Parts: sequence; structure tokens; C-alpha cells
Amino acid sequence: MSDTATTAADRIKQEISENPVLLYMKGTPVFPQCGFSARVVQILTTLGVKFKGVDVLADPAIRQGVKDFSNWPTIPQLYVKGEFVGGCDIVSEMFESGELKQVFADKGVPTRG
Amino acid sequence: MALDAATIEKLIKAGLPDARITIEALVDDDNHWSAHVVSSAFKGKSRVQQHQMVYRALGSRMGNELHALALQTSAPEE
Repeated sequence: MSDTATTAADRIKQEISENPVLLYMKGTPVFPQCGFSARVVQILTTLGVKFKGVDVLADPAIRQGVKDFSNWPTIPQLYVKGEFVGGCDIVSEMFESGELKQVFADKGVPTRG
Repeated sequence: MALDAATIEKLIKAGLPDARITIEALVDDDNHWSAHVVSSAFKGKSRVQQHQMVYRALGSRMGNELHALALQTSAPEE
């Protein structure tokens, strides 16, 4: 493994341990640059969850690194309390069924209402 | 680069031989697809694991030639 890959993985580990809700996305929460990232931002906002967005377009090492780290080929990727929850499809499905809200409740992440 | 529906179905079938696959175009550009995959291999697996199995079948194409594949996965009902 190259130094770059090791560094990216270390940074991802640190980010997901320091931020209870972390979204790897294209663009920023205010200005998403992909419909799938925008969808997850919208869901988290609807639930009133405080989260940190990491723009993978700003950092090619993280963009590839997070795909390797999660064994998941696409962006966005949602992490809650260090655990990979899923991409846009899974997050949407879980939001619609109410499971996502339960995940936040179980992990002690406050939601609105 | 883009992948057509028949190719996507063939690739998923190669990885999950018993899969029942329904593919629909989200946009008519051969690049945005929606797939519903039902396979007995999904039994007892989490959603993340189920999607990873489909991604594994698609190999490096996912996120490259294949920009967008909205996935829904489930095990067959008893």
C-alpha cells in the first residue's frame, strides 16, 4: 500500500471517529454537486440531524480512499458513529421506512421532533 | 462510456446466478439505471452487504462506466 493510501485511510478513520454523523459527498451541504449527494443532504436536513460534509471532489485521495475504506464504489457515503450506514439508495429506503430515524435514536444522535 | 441494460443484467447474473433482475432507465442516456435484484444469496445479509454483492458482480464498472445505478435488493419471500 502506498503512503498516500495509508494517509487517506488514517484521515478517514480520524474523521469518522471525530464526527458523529459524517457524509462523504460531491460538493458541500450548501451546494451539492450531484443529485444523489443532494438527496442525502435533504434527508439529514429533514430529520434535523447535525452532520459534517466532506467534499470528495476537493480531494482525489479521499475520493478514492473512502471507496476502498468502505468497500463501496459510489459517493455519497453516510457514516454514523463510525459505522457505515449506506449510500443514497439505502439511506433513502431507511428514511422512508423510518429505520433511519431509529438508527439515530439508537446511536444517541439527536433528531428534530 | 455507458453500459446497456442487457450488459448490466448479464454481469449481475454472472455474480448472482439465481437473481431475478428488473432494470429500468432513470434517464434515457444508457447511464442512469435503476435495478431491483432478488436473490436467495441475500438471505440473512444486511442491506449494505447485499449491495456490496451486486457491486462486486459489476466489478470496477460501478462508479466508472456505470455512473448511476439505483439499487434495491431483497431476498425472495418464503
